[in-house]
Amino acid sequence: MKPTPQAPFELVIVSGKGGTGKTTVSASFAALAGNAVIADCDVDASNMELLLSPTLRTKEDFTGGKQAVIDAALCTGCGRCARQCRFSAIHPAADAGRRRFAIEPSECEGCGVCVAVCPRKAVSMHPVVGGELFRSDTVFSPLVHARLKPGLGNSGKLTTLVRSRARQTAAECGRSLIIIDGPPGVGCPTIASLTGASQVLAVTEPTLSGEHDLARILELCRQFHLPVQVCVNKADINPEATGRIRKLAENSCVTFAGEIPYDEAIAKATRKGKPIVSAQPDSPAAKAITALWDRFASGS
Amino acid sequence: MRIAIASGKGGTGKTTVATNLGAVLADCAEKVTYVDCDVEAPNGHLFLRPEIKSETEVTRRIPVIDNDRCTHCGKCARFCQFGALTSLPNVTLVHPELCHSCGGCAIVCPSGAIREERVSVGTIRSGHAGGISFVSGTFTVGLANSTPVIRAAKEAAKSDADGWVLLDAPPGTSCAMMETVKGCDYVILVTEPTPFGLHDLRIAMEVCAKMKLPFGVVINRSGEGKDMIQAACVEASAPILAELPQNLDIARAYSLGILAVRALPELKRAFAQILLQIAARTRSRQAPKLFEAANTQLT
Repeated sequence: MKPTPQAPFELVIVSGKGGTGKTTVSASFAALAGNAVIADCDVDASNMELLLSPTLRTKEDFTGGKQAVIDAALCTGCGRCARQCRFSAIHPAADAGRRRFAIEPSECEGCGVCVAVCPRKAVSMHPVVGGELFRSDTVFSPLVHARLKPGLGNSGKLTTLVRSRARQTAAECGRSLIIIDGPPGVGCPTIASLTGASQVLAVTEPTLSGEHDLARILELCRQFHLPVQVCVNKADINPEATGRIRKLAENSCVTFAGEIPYDEAIAKATRKGKPIVSAQPDSPAAKAITALWDRFASGS
Repeated sequence: MRIAIASGKGGTGKTTVATNLGAVLADCAEKVTYVDCDVEAPNGHLFLRPEIKSETEVTRRIPVIDNDRCTHCGKCARFCQFGALTSLPNVTLVHPELCHSCGGCAIVCPSGAIREERVSVGTIRSGHAGGISFVSGTFTVGLANSTPVIRAAKEAAKSDADGWVLLDAPPGTSCAMMETVKGCDYVILVTEPTPFGLHDLRIAMEVCAKMKLPFGVVINRSGEGKDMIQAACVEASAPILAELPQNLDIARAYSLGILAVRALPELKRAFAQILLQIAARTRSRQAPKLFEAANTQLT
């Protein structure tokens, strides 16, 4: 790993398929690295805090996007906004027999088309607090994490904010490495977690689903020209599939970083709220993750 | 009856529950459609192995600038809430990956220089897997906003609503998950007895409550740690519809793409119970017929 003084090295852990062990690996890396900044970019299911026992330092509101509101007193019920809204967010509202329209907040995309087409200037846009962003201390490293408000979108924007705060924290604390726990999938929050990464680690499992989704995340990394390595969690559950994943990595010119065996110790450590490498450093899984980490730390 | 199968945390067993429910309904000779709405990582086809009859493209609209008409006034760029247009002194740039396809730029352009063009964002595949109608959305890798593909997948199964429609949701609790559960009659939240499972289940329950959707919980890989899930369900007044055991045979079948109810037929009862409870709780007209079918087919 070759950190430069200005830009920290950003290692992003992703998977495609959910539940393959991203957070288990990331939290262990956080414990092993010691001198890093940790960013939890899975903002609608942020679980890093459950393994790193953070102490909250600062908290800020995240203003994700805007929502349109119709002023009932000014609305003449012409319906132009409802016809132009492509998200079907505007519905007729009963108001003492008078025809008028109202916006369903959960369906509003925040695009502002209704504001543009209203002949009475009855619609206005208002910023919405979409979640919270936290900076915490852990025994290992500072942690930047967030919580998207249930029922609100914009997870990509919040992910981007988490990464930018993590870079700030790295600069403030003089850390040259950021470990990023990414979300599942290949869409907007995953892209926001990946852009500009120094190194990507894809954690998969030896199942048909794991293989299928790995191919999609590898394709995404290829399109974004990101260096990626693959590791297989619970590798011994289906050695044949693990072999196929090894082949898939080779054929995609991707480094196969290693295997982590199925190990009950992981579930036990998780229940205790600790990374496996701290809870049971001698367990087979902890040893495998430590070997993985050593590979990254030595830059191979 | 439209049932969404969601979870919050990924990898808890949404696809396992959705595909096996589909198989049990088909065994009971019920009309059933499985819809894969996890369009970023669709896996239902690996278990149901459908015969695909039709494939349609999903498109959305993005702006195209006519540079001869454009006066570079910058109104479109100032209007766009998503930063998808940049107005420079002699050219206007479109960033399709940021565009939400609202059409606003074309409306506000004073010189009629913006028209919209359709671009592909994914594919809907439809077919049959035994007695199950199958619909699956696949989102094109490299694009950001997957909701149009989810919407199209749901739309493709609209005409099947007189039977059972099972919507396999993406993980998480934001846009993509909400798009899937929106308008459903019931949501099954699949969780696992770990602190991660519990944490994300709580958020998913909050989202369902906020969207006023009735929901129940399935504890997958149940065993040590399930009491904390049970406590959270009591707290949220959510029924536990089933506990599926932690079982190596199920895990092995899953890794090979084999349905759990085919590997272990005794599991059919547990899945049928989930459906019967939902049918009873939603006072579905399908309840009595299913109850009878379950009794005759599954004993």
